[in-house]
Amino acid sequence: MQSEEWKFTAKDIAEKPDLFMSGHRACAGCAPAAVMRLILKATRGPTIVTMATGCMEVVSTIYPYTSWAVPWLHTAFENAAANASGIEAAIKVLRKKGRIKDEHVDVIAIAGDGGTYDIGIQALSGAVERGHDFLFVLYDNEAYMNTGIQRSGGTPLGASTTTSPAGEVIPGKLEPKKPIADIMVAHEIPYVATASPYYWRDLIIKVRKGLEVEGPAFLHVFAPCPRGWRSDPSKSIELSRLAVETCVFPLWECINGEYQLSAPSKVIAMAPQKKKPVKEYLAVQGRFRHLFTPKYEKLIDEIQRITDMRWQKLLKKCGIA
Amino acid sequence: MTLKEKEKSWKEISIAAVCWKPSTEFLTGDWKTYKPVRDPAKCTRCLLCVIFCPDGAIHWKADRNDIEFDYNYCKGCGVCANECPVKAIEMKLE
Ligand SMILES: Cc1ncc(C[n+]2csc(CCOP(=O)(O)OP(=O)(O)O)c2C)c(N)n1
Ligand code: SF4
Ligand code: SF4
Ligand code: SF4
Ligand SMILES: [Mg+2]
Repeated sequence: MQSEEWKFTAKDIAEKPDLFMSGHRACAGCAPAAVMRLILKATRGPTIVTMATGCMEVVSTIYPYTSWAVPWLHTAFENAAANASGIEAAIKVLRKKGRIKDEHVDVIAIAGDGGTYDIGIQALSGAVERGHDFLFVLYDNEAYMNTGIQRSGGTPLGASTTTSPAGEVIPGKLEPKKPIADIMVAHEIPYVATASPYYWRDLIIKVRKGLEVEGPAFLHVFAPCPRGWRSDPSKSIELSRLAVETCVFPLWECINGEYQLSAPSKVIAMAPQKKKPVKEYLAVQGRFRHLFTPKYEKLIDEIQRITDMRWQKLLKKCGIA
Repeated sequence: MTLKEKEKSWKEISIAAVCWKPSTEFLTGDWKTYKPVRDPAKCTRCLLCVIFCPDGAIHWKADRNDIEFDYNYCKGCGVCANECPVKAIEMKLE
């Protein structure tokens, strides 16, 4: 991959004009919006973006305004990957027939966790099985935020949402997160990776790799939502660091079926004393507030246990431990 | 914020309601309660705030070798102040 040699500085990134522009209507401190900006800093030429319904689609295209300085298409909630398939197939045919310039066009599909783990998974599974050449970016804010914080397959264990409300009866969501990126690895596609905006350099390189690879690529990006997580808007990027430091959201790549840890998580694998307790991550979010009461505090141990179990499994896949 | 010009009637709306105006014409700066104020003496021009701002409201001005806040878009979230490695940004009540 050429991106192995792609060296860039913060200045290069700052100088590249925003293709996801200011004036969008995301809440103050919205990490998904920061993620959109960063994704588009990694483009390398003509690019078409297609998006599922969700916060990032809504806030960026309130009529008559658009925040997208690239061709952009929205149709429905469930079909970002089907859109991408159609766009990629159409470009192929138009190039062959000489109807458009014979040059490569990158296709990026973007969806939230609802639009990926749940309602979008059928279109996504089909598109990657057919082998379309596109990058699918999941920005994971861990609930259906745009419609008022409903739980999704990506909502973590113990999180309070409007459809998994913590109270007398339940301690927030009863099920852990679905391992969506591993499900995509099981599709035997050439590139799957996880990323988090605090590690912006890692994120940008992974987007570029996903574009460069021939065939389908999947990038799972952690994206704190201050509105739905009941967290301080200024802490959104910090939370995206804490999730990695606690191994709640480890960073890795799986290239042609070979798992490897990315640098920020590798550091922890090499020096396990650096691994922070999940409590530090949970304590700064209102959606986990009830876990810090006598009634539900045992769930913190369960969240720690699942986090450790998944981390150990990942280390094994990476040939460590 | 209200639309500056008269809203188009449904008969004049673009086909498939395609959005045609750049959102940079929609100013979100009046959302803020706190305003980021940077101490240029402390700032190392590391550009992390430029990279992390969810609203693209901090620009790198190569000609002046400095950053510049665009308060027309800044929503006052405080991410820049929180991430600044040298604590050069203070959030001040507007
Ligand atoms: C078929 C269909 N069902 C329901 C909706 C309503 N809807 C719009 S956005 C949304 C939630 C999107 O959640 P997610 O994909 O996680 O994105 P987020 O808003 O959290 O960024 C829902 C349920 C819809 N647009 N289409
Ligand atoms: S609800 Fe969350 S994801 Fe949606 S715009 Fe607000 S902060 Fe961003
Ligand atoms: S306060 Fe938030 S919106 Fe304003 S410049 Fe800082 S990061 Fe950007
Ligand atoms: S993060 Fe702080 S030091 Fe770096 S450019 Fe911004 S204000 Fe200056
Ligand atoms: Mg969501």
